[in-house]
Amino acid sequence: MAVLQMQRISICGLKKDRKAILEKIQTLGVMEMSQIAEDEEGFEKMDTVNARQTFEKRAQAADQALAVLDAYVPVKKSLLSSLEGKKLVSSDEIARAADEKQEIIRKANLLITKSKEIAEAKANIQKTENQIEALTPWLTLDVPMNYEGTKKTALFIGTVAAEVTPQMLYDRLAQAEPVPDGTDIQVVYSDKDMLCLTVLCLRKDAETVEEALRSCGFARPSQVITNTPARQKALYEAEIEKLNKGIKEAEDEIRGYADSRKDLELVSDYFRTRAEKYEVLGTLPQSQRTFVMSGYVPRRYVRALSKAIEEKYDCVFDIEDIKEDEEPPTLLSNNSFSSSVEGVLESYGLPHKGEFDPTTIMSFFYVFFFGMMLSDAAYGAIIAIACYVVLKKFPRMGEGMHKSLKMFMFCGVSTMVWGILFGGYFGNVVDIVSEVFFGKAVTVPALWFIPLNDPMRLLVYSLAFGVVHLFVGLGIKGYMELKDGKVLDFFCDVVLWFAFLIGLILMLLPTDIFASIAQTQIVFPPVLNTIAKALAIIGAVGLVLMSGRENKNPVLRIALGAYDIYNITGWLSDVLSYSRLLALGLATGVIASVVNQMGSMFGKGIVGVIGFALVFVVGHTLNLAINLLGAYVHTNRLQFVEFFGKFYEGGGKPFEPFKSDTKYVDIKEEN
Amino acid sequence: MSIWSNLGLVYALLGAAVAVFLAGAGSAIGVGIAGQAAAGVVTEDPSKFAKVLIMQLLPGTQGIYGLLVGFITLSKVGLLGGGAAELDPQTGLLILAACMPIGIVGLISGKYQGMTSAASIGIVAKKPDQFGKAMLFPAMVETYAILALLISILAVNAVQI
Repeated sequence: MAVLQMQRISICGLKKDRKAILEKIQTLGVMEMSQIAEDEEGFEKMDTVNARQTFEKRAQAADQALAVLDAYVPVKKSLLSSLEGKKLVSSDEIARAADEKQEIIRKANLLITKSKEIAEAKANIQKTENQIEALTPWLTLDVPMNYEGTKKTALFIGTVAAEVTPQMLYDRLAQAEPVPDGTDIQVVYSDKDMLCLTVLCLRKDAETVEEALRSCGFARPSQVITNTPARQKALYEAEIEKLNKGIKEAEDEIRGYADSRKDLELVSDYFRTRAEKYEVLGTLPQSQRTFVMSGYVPRRYVRALSKAIEEKYDCVFDIEDIKEDEEPPTLLSNNSFSSSVEGVLESYGLPHKGEFDPTTIMSFFYVFFFGMMLSDAAYGAIIAIACYVVLKKFPRMGEGMHKSLKMFMFCGVSTMVWGILFGGYFGNVVDIVSEVFFGKAVTVPALWFIPLNDPMRLLVYSLAFGVVHLFVGLGIKGYMELKDGKVLDFFCDVVLWFAFLIGLILMLLPTDIFASIAQTQIVFPPVLNTIAKALAIIGAVGLVLMSGRENKNPVLRIALGAYDIYNITGWLSDVLSYSRLLALGLATGVIASVVNQMGSMFGKGIVGVIGFALVFVVGHTLNLAINLLGAYVHTNRLQFVEFFGKFYEGGGKPFEPFKSDTKYVDIKEEN
Repeated sequence: MSIWSNLGLVYALLGAAVAVFLAGAGSAIGVGIAGQAAAGVVTEDPSKFAKVLIMQLLPGTQGIYGLLVGFITLSKVGLLGGGAAELDPQTGLLILAACMPIGIVGLISGKYQGMTSAASIGIVAKKPDQFGKAMLFPAMVETYAILALLISILAVNAVQI
């Protein structure tokens, strides 16, 4: 349960070894780079941008080729395949892929080219199809589209708007000067948008006719086609056929490379790793023959690192403790149970330098409260078993996912325990089923009590758990202040508050108000009552006097102290906030009961059973989903707002070691 | 005069109705507002679907709380299963009053939680790793719905029939 101690490691070595040393560090993955001596004279950084970009480009090419393969030769994936994680490969395999990298990248480029060809062909097909469509109205025309008539006659082919009728055109021609006799207008095609026409007239009238037509909005077809429409269509179709054949060939060729998937993945990761190496290489200060490399390493890995580097290469391996003004990255180390909630802590913020890691303490409260909010034995069992199965089935899933699922598994177990304590199994399904289908109500007794029958009792317990949670938080604050040697702060901020609050609680317990809530009268011996009053008064007076201690002005100091006393309302609202433990627990149980009740409305018999089963499955799935979400959100809230509010700041930056950040495969470590 | 003295059950049922429809309406508004923001995020980046869906669902709880109080009320006055209890108008009005908190707070907090959720969806869109923090803002609003729920449950339970 702790933040791992970091140390600064600096390595000064010969330039010829720099790549080998970097590679070794990358494989070990325990050092976060943080360079020093950057501005020293005689040291320069190497420009690796070009090399890096080349590698990145190749990694990208392999990625694109993989995307092409995925599109044309899809691999069947199950719904849960995203949990599978990266494949494990030996370093021999990646070395083999590295040897063949030229060949593999050539394949990748070929795949990309083929996919581009297919895309181009598809665009051409689309274009040709559009042309066919434009041609369709003219299909009955049996002269070429650009036919202009014989020696004595002129032919106009074109369209007018649908509102223009042939009669209107004849009328317009009759007004022309001279009147073009013998002009013939034929409608080839008409729809609601346009009218396709051929207009035949004597060659000598051509100009007059054309002008008249144009004034009516006559337009020639936009494409110039030298064939008859039917022939042109056949040509277009042949072209499409050819393009389709090309696509098919390209696709077949792509499919032929399906076996290269693994090589492509290996090569992509190989280049990605190299790009990262060069990125770091570019940040290293180097002189003519030496280089300096520095970074943070968790203390427990320092020995392994020194063994791997110091003993093999000629270099200076320097180990320093973290300086006062340095802010090292944070890496947590917890046992298997507690580490499962590290993700929750990370989403709030990691502990900053010197801060207490609250993960262990939080993990117990987290699982406890989560179970209480969901509190249904059957739901808990479902969650726990589902998470367990997924965890076992996909051992190689990502670390964050693994932790979350483990956390939900523990929460499921806790939910089950609370469900048994409160007698909730899918709500009241046992009662309903036994009553409706077997005629005799059977109730599984609650091990503790049924919250709905006695909500006040559970409310008191919820608030009591809240007080414990908050007091633990305040206690941690005290521990941290003691550790830093701030005894006065510890006394004023923690001890006085504890005295004040405990005194107030002890005063509250024997009162009538509490009795009416808890439904039991608590009677303390008079000595305890006196002690309670004394504690509260000492606490209050102490707080008034001490809270504003940084202020010299006595009036201001008292005023600030009095204001600090006002924080008691904050404590009150914090404690009341834990009433959500009761409210959300009730919500799960009551909605489950509603579902069961609705299911039982179909009555007895086959229809009743089927109806019940249907409502049962749908209803409980929904209830589980929505209450799981509620329990998760509100457990987080209780930790983040109420608990962390008492002592925790966070804001540490996560430890990001320089390692092989692969996308497809994990490389097996060899010793 | 007799009609007035028989209205006890009507008042009680009105209470259940107030709890369900006001809180439900609040949730519907809230989930609607958050849903619009969520849909916008998914058009840009479909991989954030699960995260924004959770955000969208956060204001949905008020409706459930209303349902819960409505259900407790119905079972209290015996409308579910056995015969309805004989209620005098005063008891009926007591139950109506008991249902008010979750109804009204549910309506208002549902809407505002929806608006906060929409803003938090904006956080998720730009910084998906801040999901934990983003989720807290809407949860803050919900606190008051939970407090109202608590009072409604306690009050309905406390009314003697």
